[in-house]
Amino acid sequence: MKARVFVSLKSTVLDPQGQTVRSALNGLGYHGIAGVRQGKFFDIALAEGVTREQAQKEIETIAHEVLANPVIEEYRVEILD
Amino acid sequence: MKFGVIVFPGSNCDHDAFYAVTANLGEKAEFIWHDSASLGDVDAVILPGGFAYGDYLRCGAIAKFSPVMQAVRKFAAAGGPVLGICNGFQVLVEAGLLPGALIRNRGLKFICREVRLRTETTDSPFTAAAQKGQVLRVPIAHGEGCYFADDRTLDELEAEDRVVFRYLDNPNGSLRDIAGILSRERNVMGMMPHPERASDPLMGSADGLVVFQSLIRGQATQPRNSADIEAIR
Repeated sequence: MKARVFVSLKSTVLDPQGQTVRSALNGLGYHGIAGVRQGKFFDIALAEGVTREQAQKEIETIAHEVLANPVIEEYRVEILD
Repeated sequence: MKFGVIVFPGSNCDHDAFYAVTANLGEKAEFIWHDSASLGDVDAVILPGGFAYGDYLRCGAIAKFSPVMQAVRKFAAAGGPVLGICNGFQVLVEAGLLPGALIRNRGLKFICREVRLRTETTDSPFTAAAQKGQVLRVPIAHGEGCYFADDRTLDELEAEDRVVFRYLDNPNGSLRDIAGILSRERNVMGMMPHPERASDPLMGSADGLVVFQSLIRGQATQPRNSADIEAIR
C-alpha cells in the first residue's frame, strides 16, 4: 500500500514561484494560462501489515505535524492500493 | 553572562554569534549540540543562522524535532531569553514558539545585503538598551525571509507591541514590513537580519551589538526567576 500527500500554499499566501511560472508560460505564448500555484507531493510506501485505516490515520497526523505547516499550507492525503 | 549557542547540522552563523558575545563583548558562551537534551547553566540561548538539517522539507521543519528544542522550549517557558537569528527565527516559528511563518522572498532571490531596521519597541530584553525609533544598519542573508501571518495575528502583534524591528525598505515582501517579533511573554525574539554580523566596526557596522548589550544589561539589573531556571536544569 502507498500513500500520497499533496502539500500546497493556502490560497491566501503569496506564491512567487507559481507567479513566475505563469509569466514564463505567458511569455512562451501560452496566453490561455491565467494562474499557476506550485506545490509538492510525497510518495510514501507503507510497511506490510498496515491496515488502510491505520494508514489513513497515521498519514493524516504526519501530514499535519510534519509534511505541511498549517500556518501557510494545506494538504490532501490519498491512500493508494 | 553566559550565552548558549545552539548548533544544528547546517548551522553556519554559530561562530559569528559566539564571536559577537565573547570577543566583542567579553561575555562567556558555549556551543550546544542539537542532540543535547540539556542547556547546562546558560543565561540566554541563541539559535544562529544557517541551514539546519539542510533546510529540507521547509526551513526549520526538521530542526524543531531535535532534542535540544525540547530543552529550549522548557527554558523559554521558564522565562529564559531566547534569540533566533535568520534560520533560528525560522526554527522558532516552526516550533510554535513564535507565531506566523517565513516564506520565499517576494522576488524569489536570495538577498545578501545591508538593510536598515527601525526599532519599534524597547520593551523587550533584546532592545532595552536601544532607543525607540533607533535605526540600525544590519545585514540580511536569506531566501525565505518573507514574514507571513494572518491578519488577526498581525493585528495582535501590533496591539501587543510585539513587532520589534521593521524594515525601512522592505527587501523581501514581509507583511507590514516586519523584520523581528516577540513572543507574548516577550522573552523569545526572532529576527531575520543578522545583528552578530554587525557587531564590530570592522564589519562595517556595529549597530547589531545593542541586541546583545540589552540582554547583558537586563541580566545584570534584573535577575530572572532563577528558581524556575534552576528547576529545569
